[in-house]
Amino acid sequence: MALLEVRGLVKRFPVKTDFLGRTASFVSAVDRIDFDLHEGETLGVVGESGCGKSTTARLLMHLIAPTAGTIRFEGRTVGTPGLTWKAFLRQVQMVFQDSYASLNPRLTVSESIAFGPTAHDVSRREAEARAHSLLARVGLEPARFAGRFPHELSGGQRQRVNIARALAMQPRVLILDEAVSALDKSIEAQVLNLLLDLKDEFRLTYLFISHDLDVVRFMASRVLVMYLGRVAEIGPTEALYTGSRHPYTTALLGSLLSMDPDRRTSASPISGDPPNPINPPAGCRFHTRCPYAEVVCSAQVPALAPVASGHSAACVMSQPGSGHSRAAGKAA
Amino acid sequence: MKEIATEVIRSPGYWSTVLRRFARDPVAVIAAAVVLGLILMAVFAPWLAPQDPLQGMTLRRLRPPGTEGYPLGTDELGRDMLSRLIHGARISLFMGIVPVFAALAIGATIGIVAGYAGGWTNTLLMRTVDVFFAFPSVLLAVALAGAMGPGILNSILALTLVFVPPIARVAESVTTGVRTRDYVEAARASGAGALLVIRKHVLGNVLGPIFVYAMSLIAVCMILASGLSFLGLGVKPPLPDWGLMLNTLRTAIYTQPLLCALPGVMIFITSISFNLMTDGLRSAMDIKA
Repeated sequence: MALLEVRGLVKRFPVKTDFLGRTASFVSAVDRIDFDLHEGETLGVVGESGCGKSTTARLLMHLIAPTAGTIRFEGRTVGTPGLTWKAFLRQVQMVFQDSYASLNPRLTVSESIAFGPTAHDVSRREAEARAHSLLARVGLEPARFAGRFPHELSGGQRQRVNIARALAMQPRVLILDEAVSALDKSIEAQVLNLLLDLKDEFRLTYLFISHDLDVVRFMASRVLVMYLGRVAEIGPTEALYTGSRHPYTTALLGSLLSMDPDRRTSASPISGDPPNPINPPAGCRFHTRCPYAEVVCSAQVPALAPVASGHSAACVMSQPGSGHSRAAGKAA
Repeated sequence: MKEIATEVIRSPGYWSTVLRRFARDPVAVIAAAVVLGLILMAVFAPWLAPQDPLQGMTLRRLRPPGTEGYPLGTDELGRDMLSRLIHGARISLFMGIVPVFAALAIGATIGIVAGYAGGWTNTLLMRTVDVFFAFPSVLLAVALAGAMGPGILNSILALTLVFVPPIARVAESVTTGVRTRDYVEAARASGAGALLVIRKHVLGNVLGPIFVYAMSLIAVCMILASGLSFLGLGVKPPLPDWGLMLNTLRTAIYTQPLLCALPGVMIFITSISFNLMTDGLRSAMDIKA
């Protein structure tokens, strides 16, 4: 059983309302996504800006209410008497991208870290002690840093504080929403190594959201590719990076810069902007930009179907008998 | 968890930085000193005033400033102007400060709740507030005070109602700005309840700007309160109030212009000091990290 199971998660944001306040049109930021998060793994989530990566994270943290869908943690549905949101949020914590905006400018570093535990009835003394030992653990000497304010720290130091703040809740799952994207490359590497160490030490499970494919390859054991609010492909990192089955994943990986001069390309692997999510294309949402698009692609929404063990793709080309010329013939 | 027993170096907090910046602004410091002086004058009025502010001498009416025994002259009933001005600070400051603080308590609560809750709660609260905001403040104060009848308590109530809408609006807009910040989201994501998040993460970041705005209203409130007294809707004679004194001395404007101007000068000094002080506080709080 997966630690965290997401089923049919949908979030629609109203865009226009008519004069009576009824929603006339909306954006489906997240449109029926399903995925499992297994204990101890790092699931990387990649995709372009606006594909719904952050919305998914915010839905998981209950910062916005889902339009539909369920989240189960250890088999219990979150938000029911069996597992309240408050109890769930003790197990799942998040590190935000903007290290400065995610720390209260009026609180000292240790006050920020200690806030979460005190909200869960941990004594102030105990929370303070926890804050200090976590500061030491993330590489910030408590005596020097505990009493400082966020504006006195560098970006890397602030992100370490944010990590300590998330860990202060003693969670089992950590959602890292572009947690290292805003850092310098050298600092980014240090923080990534810290995250790997912490994962072993505290036996954490990571949901690692990033637009940086190299970083995801380094961190993740499995990768989920999102396109316009839907799951395009999900599978083990190496299988997906070496044998992607969805043309979007292929295009995304094709955009990576290569160190090998022979493999440099000048043609862009994908052209144009993603379509307007207010009026997403019918059928497969990628067909407007897909080099292999055929009539069948705009006719039906491809379901996420297994293509190999633990590897699924939402593309008709990998579904035998779908009618696409590149798909295998009728399934036996 | 192992206990780490080390001395933690604590950085200077936000307010001590603000105070240091404020102290470097000479205009603001002088204004603050004048405000403090006025408050002390009001508190110690009975000991400072040379004469009884209510006891007049009809034989010595409307003496100009500089008359022996009456350094600032006498009013239309022969009462010592200096004593009346000193005692007037009590009522005038009281009428300027109390409604603003009452409105601050009510308006900030409405605004913070509306801003934090958003959605329907926000619409309901803020549109209600807007109804009051639609009236010009002077008109609203006069109408309310007139409807409730003259008197100190009624004019305080009227002035409080006048200042609730602007404070609620400022509180709402500041709170809305803070609410969507990542640190508030992070606090909510830790599973903390709304009240705890507001207390620990919202209040500290919104009360400063709201308070400064409210302070800037004290001058306006004093002038409005004086206006109500001037119209006979506020403080009733013979109590010394600067606005009321301005009204009663109006008749002598051609014979003793200097004397008539004195209560106005006091109102002017007080309101400009409050304004300059809040301006200084505002710029001291505008710290760019």
